[in-house]
Amino acid sequence: MSDDAILIGFGAATVRVATPLLLAALGETVSERGGVLNLGIEGAMLGGALGAAVGAAQGSAVVGLALAVAAGLVAALLLAAVSVWGRADQIIAGTAVTLAAVGVTGLVAQRTFGSAGAGLELATLQPVEVPLLGAIPVVGPVLFRQSLLTYLGYLLIPLTWWLLYRTRFGLELRASGEAPTSARAAGVAVRWRRTAGALLGGALAGLGGASLVLAQVGTFTEKMTAGRGFIAIAIVVLGRWHPGGVALAALLFGAATALQYLVQASGLGGVPWQLLLALPYLLALVALASAVGRARAPAGLARDDQEES
Amino acid sequence: MSARPPLLTLSHISHHFGAAPVLDDVSLAVRAGEVHALLGENGAGKTTLMRIATGAIAARDGSVAREAPVAMVHQHFTSIPAFTVAENLALAAGWPHGGPRGRDRAAELIARIGLPLDPTARVDGLSVQLRQRLEIAQALATSARVLLLDEPTAVLAPREVAELLSLVRRLAAEGAAIVLISHKLAEVLEVADTVTVLRAGRVTLHGPMAGQTAASLSEAMIGGAMPPREVTLPAPGGGEPRVRLGPPLVADAPLVLHSGDVVGIAAIEGNGQRDLLRAIAGHRALAGVEVEGTTGLVPEDRGLEGLIGGFTLTENLLLAEVRDGPAWLGWGALEERTATLLTRWDVRGGTPRSAARALSGGNQQKFILGRTLGQAPDVVVAEDPTRGLDVAATAEVHARLRTAAAEGACVVVHASDLDEVRSLATRLLVMHEGVVRELPRDTPRASVGDAMLGLPA
Amino acid sequence: MNTTVVSRRAAVPDLVLTLGAFLLGLALLLAFLSVAGFDAAAGLAALWRGAFGSRYALLSATLVPAAPLLLLGLAFALAARAGALNIGMEGQFAMGAIGATWVGLAVGGWSPLLAIPAVLAAGLVAGAAWIVVPVVLRWRFGVTEVISTLLLNFVAEAAVSWAVTGPLQEASRSYPQSDPIAMSARLPRLLPPDRVHLGFVVALAIAAVLWVILARHRLGFVWRAVGASPRAATVTGRLPVERVAATVLLLSGALAGLGGAIEVSGVSAALYQNLSPGYGFTAIAVALLGRLHPAGIVVAAILFGALQAGAGAMQRDAGIPAVAVHVVQAVVILVMLLATRRRG
Repeated sequence: MSDDAILIGFGAATVRVATPLLLAALGETVSERGGVLNLGIEGAMLGGALGAAVGAAQGSAVVGLALAVAAGLVAALLLAAVSVWGRADQIIAGTAVTLAAVGVTGLVAQRTFGSAGAGLELATLQPVEVPLLGAIPVVGPVLFRQSLLTYLGYLLIPLTWWLLYRTRFGLELRASGEAPTSARAAGVAVRWRRTAGALLGGALAGLGGASLVLAQVGTFTEKMTAGRGFIAIAIVVLGRWHPGGVALAALLFGAATALQYLVQASGLGGVPWQLLLALPYLLALVALASAVGRARAPAGLARDDQEES
Repeated sequence: MSARPPLLTLSHISHHFGAAPVLDDVSLAVRAGEVHALLGENGAGKTTLMRIATGAIAARDGSVAREAPVAMVHQHFTSIPAFTVAENLALAAGWPHGGPRGRDRAAELIARIGLPLDPTARVDGLSVQLRQRLEIAQALATSARVLLLDEPTAVLAPREVAELLSLVRRLAAEGAAIVLISHKLAEVLEVADTVTVLRAGRVTLHGPMAGQTAASLSEAMIGGAMPPREVTLPAPGGGEPRVRLGPPLVADAPLVLHSGDVVGIAAIEGNGQRDLLRAIAGHRALAGVEVEGTTGLVPEDRGLEGLIGGFTLTENLLLAEVRDGPAWLGWGALEERTATLLTRWDVRGGTPRSAARALSGGNQQKFILGRTLGQAPDVVVAEDPTRGLDVAATAEVHARLRTAAAEGACVVVHASDLDEVRSLATRLLVMHEGVVRELPRDTPRASVGDAMLGLPA
Repeated sequence: MNTTVVSRRAAVPDLVLTLGAFLLGLALLLAFLSVAGFDAAAGLAALWRGAFGSRYALLSATLVPAAPLLLLGLAFALAARAGALNIGMEGQFAMGAIGATWVGLAVGGWSPLLAIPAVLAAGLVAGAAWIVVPVVLRWRFGVTEVISTLLLNFVAEAAVSWAVTGPLQEASRSYPQSDPIAMSARLPRLLPPDRVHLGFVVALAIAAVLWVILARHRLGFVWRAVGASPRAATVTGRLPVERVAATVLLLSGALAGLGGAIEVSGVSAALYQNLSPGYGFTAIAVALLGRLHPAGIVVAAILFGALQAGAGAMQRDAGIPAVAVHVVQAVVILVMLLATRRRG
């Protein structure tokens, strides 16, 4: 392979692998701006992955997407019910939501696909080349020969920004995440805003899980998200809770994962593959350490809406 | 002026929390163009009455008539520090968002009211005075014409107070109706047209301000309340040297604080007094502070720093001594000591096994004072020790602190209320931008205020 | 995590709540199984048979996973009492297992009286070492331990995978597992031939020690104070809050690592991938079900040990995937969070 081909392959893989992370992390950004740290995002992605696989197994990727969004919403709704309305600890409740998702998806997958698994013949989303843009050298094949979900991700970057900074809803959501007591004094229905933020986050996490199945792996396996939800949380920190920053951070993590392909292609044999496997998680740790101090989390993040800070 | 119809009328309001009556048949009307002073000691029912006026709570009895939107400006800031001025105003006013158009509307509003605020500035960079202006702007942004100002001058220096009062007059002149809640008589005498005084939930005085004097208002507020217990203090500076404040904290000669002194520190929020107090208490290092002997701290925030609300009082006693205490805990002995403390300091409403949060603020403070002074420290640092306490509890706290000084402690007190500092202290220190200087105890109030702002005496 | 902290000293755990939450979780699982089209009745029967149905079920199935669950539950509770959340027990468990295997392979000639303590110590050290990075990140950079410990679980998984295909791989180099550790390094069974082993007693002893420390020793009080209110602990208690948090996290990691060590030394005798069926997360449910109290955690660990044992039987006899138990864990966690949350 020529160097160019390797580079383009690496770039395209980066964007492809980054897509589930981007979708989930944009959703988590909205959720955290409202004050809800959703550790159930891993479960929402897993549910989304299963939903997509079930729908695709019926022959329709669109049904798969709808089921994925529904699964993400259910996971976020559970978290919101317990932690926003029930005022339970968000972090532990989120962990429980993820556990529940592991159990439920395991059972449903067993029921739907049997012990043989989902097979590799799912109706997937093939890459679509964007006219004109796709023909640009290097950039075209990297950015514009991707699945529709990647393009949705591109659109969601400005949309999320617009929602947070140019709508009344965004203003109230951010107020609910920064200072719930003040927001309530200003007449904001804090718990409803937080719930809405968490639900948006859940829906996008579900789509992220769907893109993992439909545009990347092509099948469903137990626990297949393998911590991508938690990495999305690290991406939000690294991206400073800002959609643009989050997009860049998601690309970075996509690159770390895609490195495996590059290393295989270039035949750097000596590196244990497990190290490459661990690389995104290690990168996330470095990212957290370097991001803190430069960025500040919403002041009310993971806090109860009645709590004094 | 009395020809104008009232914008807010409260008629025969009665209210109680549980069995305790808070308001008893209170009536009050405010007209456009009028500044109406609402006076009363802590616990007299002012805040409850105002919350009923805004509709935040419903009165058990009586009626509220609002002819115009009513907004309350709280003593504690409600603006969001991480937001810009424009975003805060947009949030309060219900504008679509705080973006470009929000900024324009914010600029317009700010100009109209004549407030020196930058709509794009983040609130956490504003001074206390500007943050308070923002609170008022937020209230006006809701197009409220009735403004309830809750102790607006508590956080301000005297000169800033004068600026605020002239703003209040101007807003009234432009047609607003203003209720000024305060317990500072000089201010309300200067600015208010009418006055209502509450004592223990009842109206004790109601009428035009003209003809009232500080003495008549004070009589209505306090009535037959007991004067503070007199404690004989040694002459200032006579005891053992305990605290030495040297450069860079002082401009010239070091200040030495002695046992038997009650040292009041007057300063506007954010001039380094917090660091100084914590340094004297031994909680942090600060260049220029040297302390001799043991220290005790009565922290500013009772609920968050002085106590663990969910722990029992026994556990809260242990909290203050566990660091240097024995390895194994004797709960029986600790409970007995807690019981003794509760009796000796007249802490009511709890047993050694009650959760600390079950106590009222005054009783919590008495518990904390008893715990701190019970260790007989050589230096006692008290941060705003009477905040939120009623008149009886305040007198009690003052007496206890003076007693501690009489018994040989060096007591250092800071209070947000300059008058409290002046009445309690035997020595008066003023801090401005991290520099401390001593003023004679009988320095006039206005001169102390100028010193707090760093103006030449 | 002050929402679930039981603030009263030596509070007697509320057994009614504990059992109720557990049964509710089980009931919801069965309802879900019915809806999903599984044979719930057969599942329940298999669950009971596998957990309590016989002497074998109790002493060779239920109490075997109860031992690591007890240690990990204590690990979580210890940190949670002091306001720190260790969600990386799965990773510390794995590192403890690696450390124990490494030492266990090397102590062939030693007396069991030396070899077993050496293996357990290796687990403690490896577990504590695995949480050093989150501790440093929290202390130096203010990174919450929640996410850092969680991320390290995945790194630990990769590390085990590397160990069993690399340095610790068995001699023939065909299977992803280690050689069996020395006989002298294996924990003896308590009631041979039943499989419950000395590790269960070790875990019980640690629970007792922690109980005494939490109720009677200044250390326990300091932990609780830091957990209940870091600010009051700093200002009124003048306690070094961050140092206390670092200490409890290291202890928590050590206990989780010990869990991995007793699993290798008492059960598997070798290192495998996926040695833990999610003990690190089950233990969160164990700790909360036990209301963060050592005595309660003993009861909860046995209940979840039974669930783990029963799940195996359910998968074998009724074709219900063992991951189903996660549903029970999740329900238990959520119910306990809601039942013990702070009011006000």
